[in-house]
Amino acid sequence: MAKLNVNGKSHEYQADPGTPLLWVLREQLGMTGTKYGCGVAQCGACTVHIDGVATRSCVVPAETVKAGSKITTIEGLSPNGGHPLQKAWVALDVPQCGFCQSGMIMAAAALLKSKPNPTDADINAGITNICRCGTYNRVRAAIKVAAGGGDAKTAGLSIQHADGSLT
Amino acid sequence: MSAVESTVSGAGRRRFLKGSAAAAGSLVVSFHIPFVRDAEAQGVAAAPEVNAWVVVQPDDTVIIRIARSEMGQGSLTGLAQLCAEELECNWAKVRTEYPTPGQNLARNRVWGNFSTGGSRGIRESNEYVRKGGATARMMLLQAAADEWKVPVAECTVADSVITHAGSQRTTSYGKVAAAASKLTAPTEVKLKDPKDWKLIGKRLARLDTVDKTTGKQVFGMDLKLPGMLNAAIKDCPVFGGKVKSFDAAKIASRPGVKKVVKVGDSAVAVVADTWWHAKSALDALPIEWDEGPNAKASSATIAAMLKEGLDAPEAFVGNQAGDAKKAIADAPRKVEAVYSYPFQNHATMETMNATVKISTGAGGAIERCEVWCPTQNGEAALAAAAEAAGLKPAQCDVYKLNLGGGFGRRGAHDWLQQAVHIAKEFPGTPVKLIWSREEDMLHGKYHPITQCKMVAGLDAQGNVTGLHMRISGQSILAGLAPQNLQNGKDPVTFQGLNPGGAEGAFGYAVPNLLIDHAMRNPHVPPGFWRGVNLNHNAIYVESFIDEIAAATKQDPLALRRKMLAGSPKHLAVLNAVAEKAGWGKPAPDVDGQKVYRGLAQIMGFGSYVAACAEVSVSDAGDLKVHRIVAATDPGHAVNPQQIAAQVEGSFVYGLSAALFGGCTVKDGRIEQDNFSSYPVVQMQHMPKVEAILMPSGGFWGGVGEPTIAVAAPAVLNAIFAATGKRIRDLPLKNHSLKKA
Repeated sequence: MAKLNVNGKSHEYQADPGTPLLWVLREQLGMTGTKYGCGVAQCGACTVHIDGVATRSCVVPAETVKAGSKITTIEGLSPNGGHPLQKAWVALDVPQCGFCQSGMIMAAAALLKSKPNPTDADINAGITNICRCGTYNRVRAAIKVAAGGGDAKTAGLSIQHADGSLT
Repeated sequence: MSAVESTVSGAGRRRFLKGSAAAAGSLVVSFHIPFVRDAEAQGVAAAPEVNAWVVVQPDDTVIIRIARSEMGQGSLTGLAQLCAEELECNWAKVRTEYPTPGQNLARNRVWGNFSTGGSRGIRESNEYVRKGGATARMMLLQAAADEWKVPVAECTVADSVITHAGSQRTTSYGKVAAAASKLTAPTEVKLKDPKDWKLIGKRLARLDTVDKTTGKQVFGMDLKLPGMLNAAIKDCPVFGGKVKSFDAAKIASRPGVKKVVKVGDSAVAVVADTWWHAKSALDALPIEWDEGPNAKASSATIAAMLKEGLDAPEAFVGNQAGDAKKAIADAPRKVEAVYSYPFQNHATMETMNATVKISTGAGGAIERCEVWCPTQNGEAALAAAAEAAGLKPAQCDVYKLNLGGGFGRRGAHDWLQQAVHIAKEFPGTPVKLIWSREEDMLHGKYHPITQCKMVAGLDAQGNVTGLHMRISGQSILAGLAPQNLQNGKDPVTFQGLNPGGAEGAFGYAVPNLLIDHAMRNPHVPPGFWRGVNLNHNAIYVESFIDEIAAATKQDPLALRRKMLAGSPKHLAVLNAVAEKAGWGKPAPDVDGQKVYRGLAQIMGFGSYVAACAEVSVSDAGDLKVHRIVAATDPGHAVNPQQIAAQVEGSFVYGLSAALFGGCTVKDGRIEQDNFSSYPVVQMQHMPKVEAILMPSGGFWGGVGEPTIAVAAPAVLNAIFAATGKRIRDLPLKNHSLKKA
C-alpha cells in the first residue's frame, strides 16, 4: 500500500501507476471537494497544495508525490471553513454554481502566501482557473478583502445575510 | 397526512447521510431521497407539509420547496424569497428542498413546470410560488385563530410569530403547523402589493454558498452510492456515425474493468470499479467507427450551405411591416453587410454525468429506474429515463443534484439516456456515467450556427426607410424538438426581433421591415446555449445599426435614440448606460492607450438590456476590454445583488464567445476537444462591470441570459471605434486588429 499525507493525516491507498492524484483523492480517499474539469491542467478545478504550492492534481501521478510531502485539499484548508478566504467568499457570495470554487480558493490561498497584498496584476497572473459562470470579479474582490484584513464592507456589495449582518 | 408524507414514512425515510468530508467518509446517498432535508438529517422529527410549497418544523425551521433547478443562477434563493415574502416567515430559518419530478407526476403537477431555462425560473413561476406562500400563511394563521377561538382577521404575523393583540397571545408557525396541515386550503388568495414587499428586492445572501466554499457541496459527479460502479463513454466523433467494431478482449484484464457495453448504435462504454479505471481502459480500447456520410462535412461545406440561404427565395417571416424590398429598391442609398456566428460549446465546468440504478422483479423484468443527476428539467429527465428504460414515468424517479453549470446543456438528456442503457446491464447496481472533457466537447448541443445578410435602404437624410434582415441557418427546435415547430417554422429564431411580446420585441422603428429566416440545418446537433438566438440576433442588429451610423456619419447613440423613440423601455436602458459611461466625452486613457466606446441594446427573455463597452487596441493589435456599463430593466427585481452577479457572469459567457469561442468542423467532427483548443475568458481578460439595475415594475423579466447578447456587439462596436475595422464574424481571435 502506498501512502499520502493529506490534510495532516497519513492515508493508505491502492492505485495503479499513473493514476492522477486527483482520482486517488476522489475515488480512493473519498475527498470529492477537489474537482475534475479538464484532465489536462487547463482549468484548475483540481487545484490542491503540495507542500504549499498550488498544483493541478489531474496531471500529477499519485506515486510521484513524495511520502514526506504534505497535501492540502479544500477539505483541509481550515477546520470549519474559517480560512480568511472562505470567510470572504461567503461574505461576498462569490460562488455561482460552485464547481470551480474549490480550485479557485486553493489557488487564491497559495497566492496570498506568496503575495500577502496582491495587486490586480498579481491576481491576474496567479489565478488562471476557469469559471464559466463568471465569478471572476467577486473572486478578485474576495481576495482583496481577505488580504486587507477581512472587512467585506470594503467591497461595496451590501449583501444582507441571514443573521442580519451586512457585508 | 398528505400522500407524499405517507410515501416518505412508508419508504422508511431514508435520506442523505450528511457526508463527512473526512478521509474515509465518502459522500453516501441512500437509494430513496424523497426530500433532502437538513433538518431531518439532524434528527429533527419531520413535520407534515402545510401545503405543497411549505413545511414548517416544530423548531420554526421553514422548508420551502423549489421545483426549478439551481445551476449557479441563484433562483433557488430568489424563489425562496418570493414564497417567504407572502409566508411572512423568519428568513433566518428558511431552508430549501427539491421535490422530485416523480412526486410532481403523482400529485398532478402540483409544483408546475420544472424546466429551468430561457431565464424562466422566476418570471414564469413567481405568481404561483407567491400564492403557495400566501396560502400557507393563511392556513397557519387560521390554525392559531382556531386554537385561540378568535377571528382570524384579528391575528397578525411577522417573522413566523403569530400575535393576537386583543388577548396579548403569541404563538409561532412551528407550534401550529401540524394543525394547519389538516385545514382545507383557502381558494381566494390575495397577493401583496409590490410596495409592501419586504424580502423581494432585498440584496439577500444566497442560501447555498457555504458548502461551495468548503468542498462539501455534492455535485452529480461527486455522488457515491453503496456498491456503485463507474462508466466512461465514447460516442462516434462524427455525428450520425456508428460503432463498426471494438475489441473488448484487449482491455478485459485491465484492473477493475467489469464490462464493455455498446450503447445504442453509436457509442461504447467501459464499466469499472472506479472512473479512472473505466476511462483509462476506454482510452486503450480499440474502436472502429463507421463514420457515415457526415464525415465529408466541414466548416467550409456548412458555411456554403448557409450562404446559399442568404438569398434563397423562400424563408419564414418573423417580423414584417410595409414593403421592405420595394423601399430598399427605391432608396437612393443602400447599406449592406453579411455576418456570421459560429457553433459554441456550453463547456459547463462539471461535465455531463448521471447515476442510474435499475431494479428488476420476477423473471428479471425491469421494474424501476432511479436517476441521480444534475438536470435543468427534472420532468424532462424523468421522461427521458422512462423512455430509455422502457418503463412508465411512474416507475421511475429523478433525484436532482445541484448543477456544476447548465447554460442550457443540461436541458437535453442524451447523457442520461446513455447512463440508463448502461445501468440496464447491471440490474440492482447503481452505475455512474461521467463524460470526459473530451467527450463533453465533442458531443455538445451546440449554439446554432447562422449567417445574416442585412440590407438597409436610406433616404437622403440618412433615415432608414427599409430594412431586410435575412438569417440563414440552424433551428434549435428542428434539432431538439421538431414537434414544436409551427408549420415548419421555428419561432424561437426571432428572439429579440419580434413585433412584440416577452421573448423580445424589436425596438427600432423602421417603416418598411422584413425579418426572415431561411432554415438550413447542418448535421451538428444544436441546443439552447445561454442567451440562445438572442446572441447572434443582437450582434447582427446592433453591429448593423453602427454600420448605418458610420455610413451616414451619425452618432451611434443619436441614431439609436431616434429609431427607439417609440420604444421607451429599450431607450431607457440605452440612455442609462450612455450616461453612466460618459458617452460623448472622451474616455480617459488606460496605460497610455486611448479608450473607445461601443453601444448595444436588445430586449429578450422578458427584460430590456443595454451595454456600453470601453476597449483599447494597441498598435500591435492587442485588445483589452477595460470597463462595461450594463443596464437591465427586468420589471421586478427579486434579488439585486444576484442580478448583478448574473450580469457580470453574462459578460464572461458572452465575451468568451466573442473573443475565443467557436467550434469548427473537420471530417464531420468538432475540432476543439478541451480548454486548450477552446479557450475561455479568464481573470486576466475580465473587465470591470458596472451593473445598473432599473426595475420599472409591472412585469417579470429574466436576468440569466439577456445581457449575454449585448456583450459581443458592444465590444465589436467599440473595436470599430478604436480601429475602423468592422469584424463581422467571430471569434475575434481569428482576426488581426493590428494597425495597417
